[in-house]
Amino acid sequence: MKRSQNAILFFLFVTGVWELCARLGMWSPVLFPSPVEIGRYLIESVRDRTLIEASSVTLKRLLIGYAAGLVVGVPLGLLTARFKFVQDTFGTAALGLQTLPSVCWVPLSLIWFGQSEFAMIFVVIMGSVWSVSLATSAGVQSVPPIFVRAAQTMGSEGLHTWMRVILPASLPYIVTGMKQGWAFAWRSLMAAEIYVTVLTGFGLGHLLHYGRELQAMDAVVGIMLVIVVIGLLADKILFSPVERFLHRRWGTGED
Amino acid sequence: MSLETESGMAETSALEVESVSKSFRARRKTMQALDNVSLKVRRGEFVCLVGPSGCGKSTLLNIVAGLERPDQGNVLADGKPITRAGADRMMMFQESALFPWLDVLGNVMFGLRLCAGLNGKKRREVAMDYLKLVGLEPFMHANIHELSGGMKQRVALARSLAPNPRMLLMDEPFAALDAMTREQLYGDIQEIWSQRKKTILFVTHNVREAVCLGDRVVLFSPHPGRIQEQFEIDLPRPRDINSVDLAKHATTIMRSLKRILRPELQEVAE
Repeated sequence: MKRSQNAILFFLFVTGVWELCARLGMWSPVLFPSPVEIGRYLIESVRDRTLIEASSVTLKRLLIGYAAGLVVGVPLGLLTARFKFVQDTFGTAALGLQTLPSVCWVPLSLIWFGQSEFAMIFVVIMGSVWSVSLATSAGVQSVPPIFVRAAQTMGSEGLHTWMRVILPASLPYIVTGMKQGWAFAWRSLMAAEIYVTVLTGFGLGHLLHYGRELQAMDAVVGIMLVIVVIGLLADKILFSPVERFLHRRWGTGED
Repeated sequence: MSLETESGMAETSALEVESVSKSFRARRKTMQALDNVSLKVRRGEFVCLVGPSGCGKSTLLNIVAGLERPDQGNVLADGKPITRAGADRMMMFQESALFPWLDVLGNVMFGLRLCAGLNGKKRREVAMDYLKLVGLEPFMHANIHELSGGMKQRVALARSLAPNPRMLLMDEPFAALDAMTREQLYGDIQEIWSQRKKTILFVTHNVREAVCLGDRVVLFSPHPGRIQEQFEIDLPRPRDINSVDLAKHATTIMRSLKRILRPELQEVAE
């Protein structure tokens, strides 16, 4: 309670100082919009639905791409951990590609898939799949062998051992990898949307881009705020419940 | 020393280990963990394997569990060769090896879910019965990290017993516990064993513990791992680890153990 109070007071203070600076006219309002102007823009663009539609276009790309990244990344990680050959080949490739900033996939994706919806989704997939795969593989390799032995003496073998023992045992690692994958995917999608216009859907990145074209600083800052809020909400909705479960079960973390 | 069943019928032993050898390679050196070891265990017998570290007692347990293969020799459970791990021979470890992603009940249910011919309701009933047996029914929904060491081993015991294995293989299950908890568990395990009549193979380096629990104590000598001597323990049950009679038996075995250890110590001294 005390902590959220602190946060609220801090942000009220910052907004207050900001508004004050804007009112005093220390900088040109074109470069330094006041919080009130930004608020006005946000309300306006929610009312004419541009912001809502752009957000939903962006989130749809993000969720589809991220889901595909998980569907590919987790099994790839499991195979990497299980088979030395896959580890040496795909595992090495994953390690290399993870060091590649995911924004760098944007040009390739555009040349391959054109200015299409899938080009955007492909960037998201490439942003998330390597982190998820590497984390899954690391998770599997950290599973204490005694878990597997115990399961075997209870009659577990093969796929059952993988699904019911190794996978849940590496869950803390996998969730960490999923969070990192999410962060990379989110960043690369924004870059892709700012970089190029796709006519099938007008996302937050495009909105940001046109904000700059129109020199509409209130729009630029307003959309940046929306992007921050989406990031925070994703963390709260997607990952917090899972992390709370992990902390409770494994007895890690402070509560 | 007769190890046949009292009935004298041509009944197969619960476990027959026939001249088993096993070696491991470690850093250019080959370690002979087991050298031509033979052992017969009657159905319902409680056998304790004792010996200094490196005598291969845990290796033998792993082979019986089906987690490792012998280089030579045969191992038969109920007359059938052991080819892999299976729920008829349940293993308990020094660390509880309970799964942290499941709660207490979930852990006990794990093995039961692998038993064919049980529906969900029946499985739950069986799991609850065994939790009751080890006195942890109120903790059915507790997380594993919330339990004490002794409680963890009790859950592990319930988990091992629930699928009704014919044999229980215990690898120093009480070694990491404090003395008081251990003494409680000596009582529990004897009671459960006499109720359920399981065949138990119990590895320990604690001679008193072996005498307290075993119908028979098998003493191993190390490098290479061999059976040195066997002791029938005919003390009445339930046994108290602090009793004088028990101490006398333990002293006899301890003396043999020291004879084994002495050449080892001399080797180190040189």
